[in-house]
Amino acid sequence: MAEKVLMKGNEAIAEAAIRAGCRHYFGYPITPQTEIAAYMAKKMPKIGGTFLQAESEIAAINMVYGVSSAGFRVMTSSSSPGVSLKSEGLSYLAGCDLPALVVNVQRGGPGLGGIQPSQSDYFMATKGGGHGDFRMIVLAPASVQEMAGLTFKAFELADQYRMTAMLLADGTLGQMMEAITFPETEVRTFDKPWAVTGTQMKRPHNIINSLALVPDVLEKMNFDRYKKYAEIEEKEPMYESYMMDDAEICVVAFGIASRVSKNAIMAARAEGIKVGMIRPITLWPFPTKALAEAAQKCRAFVSVELNMGQMIEDVRLATGCARPVSLCNRAGGMIPTPDHVLASIREANKGGN
Amino acid sequence: MLTKRISLFAGHYGSGKTNIAVNCALCAREAGQNVTIADLDIVNPYFRTKDSEALLKRHGIGLVCSEYANTNLDIPALPKELYAILARRDSAVIMDIGGDDRGAVALGRYTPMILEENDYDMFFVANFYRPLTRTPEEMIQIMREIETASGLPFTAIINNSNLAGDTQADTVTDTVGKARELSRITGLPIRATCVEQRLFESLKDQIPDLVPLHLQEKYFDIVNGGI
Repeated sequence: MAEKVLMKGNEAIAEAAIRAGCRHYFGYPITPQTEIAAYMAKKMPKIGGTFLQAESEIAAINMVYGVSSAGFRVMTSSSSPGVSLKSEGLSYLAGCDLPALVVNVQRGGPGLGGIQPSQSDYFMATKGGGHGDFRMIVLAPASVQEMAGLTFKAFELADQYRMTAMLLADGTLGQMMEAITFPETEVRTFDKPWAVTGTQMKRPHNIINSLALVPDVLEKMNFDRYKKYAEIEEKEPMYESYMMDDAEICVVAFGIASRVSKNAIMAARAEGIKVGMIRPITLWPFPTKALAEAAQKCRAFVSVELNMGQMIEDVRLATGCARPVSLCNRAGGMIPTPDHVLASIREANKGGN
Repeated sequence: MLTKRISLFAGHYGSGKTNIAVNCALCAREAGQNVTIADLDIVNPYFRTKDSEALLKRHGIGLVCSEYANTNLDIPALPKELYAILARRDSAVIMDIGGDDRGAVALGRYTPMILEENDYDMFFVANFYRPLTRTPEEMIQIMREIETASGLPFTAIINNSNLAGDTQADTVTDTVGKARELSRITGLPIRATCVEQRLFESLKDQIPDLVPLHLQEKYFDIVNGGI
């Protein structure tokens, strides 16, 4: 058993990335994710890696593009407004089918917003992220231990499917400290025959480019990419099912909202309300099947979010609007209390049959 | 634990400086002293002394911190009243310094006043379970960086090794040897070993100068438990 260390969520991501073989980090400071950059600045020079504070988030994501093209594991991190700046680069990465890890430790928005925790970049991460037809694999940790674990997973999925994996955390998870251990399992790596590594005069040039001016060629690239996405939607959804065996009310919450919700579920169970939770760990691919199955037996759903109601749209889609879905939310850097979630569970329990 | 008019708490960030500073302020106040606690953390706008503002106020302890602390404004501003409390010399002063050398830079501008009065302790708060300070050697590196940035030499060590809620008695005893090694290499005494109140009884006969800590309330406490 590995020894325990006391880490902030941000530090856990940085250390896990290094252990996953990432030797190249490009970023720009922004609260509440700055500890990732600070940790990389301290550690990368000691292990022969690259830490570079770029002149902007836009520069950083394009450095990621360059290193990824050369076939190395690479990452950048930021918080909400900084990730908006990266969106052009995210689209270019997708257009070139390049793997990368992008971390978003969310803060309240829109605009410059605040520095307190939020989940209001759900749309940006799962629906957009940039122009054009593309997806990112989006992973949502709910503890410092999971910040580490999902960082390994994110690098593997990114390499396996040649696409960006985004770790979508929030200010709370970034800043909170918990005792964790690092897995001592072998890190999975993938061959990258497409990488720009020099031909040695032995093979044709590999070209990394997202410009495709012939419409039917560009169309085919899009269709092929969506075949890959369909495979991911089939194979890769991850979720935690919590007290769902006899549940009549289903809470859906990810990240920090799920931890508050667990406290509320315990309290509701003590009152005799049969409530459980499905916690999506991958936000894309969304655990659609798990929610569709839950809709077969649960009377009502409560989506708990630190935003104005973004994931709730996916909950409604996944359940085919077969059951009422209510929203329990705070925004702007506020966190719902267990009592707030409990009240929403009680309300959901009153209605429906 | 505190014997000088000015007590400074510095160290690697996340080592527990703020918590210890608040506990010491309460202790000194209970002993009848006039106490002012100053928050010099300009690095991390998240966990800070201001989280305990109501508690400190209740006990009649002065709090000096940036007027932007715990707001949504992430500005590295220092409180103007700091010069006054250092110059007046009429109350015990506890200063909570930001983490690492980056945090200690802010202390540098007050160093001449502190040295001139020469009635201070600068405590190095050490948690051997933090990732970049696992060994005495790594501790010393951070220590020297802080001394260089602030212009003030440390005078004593506080062993605050813990794994937050996962801390057991042996979590603490396992670090006693490392703390002694740090003390031996640096020549600095270990002024105290801090433990959560719940562990105090089981450890008080095993570790010298053991100090029980009440944990500071944090905004994030509402997410604890549900994991």
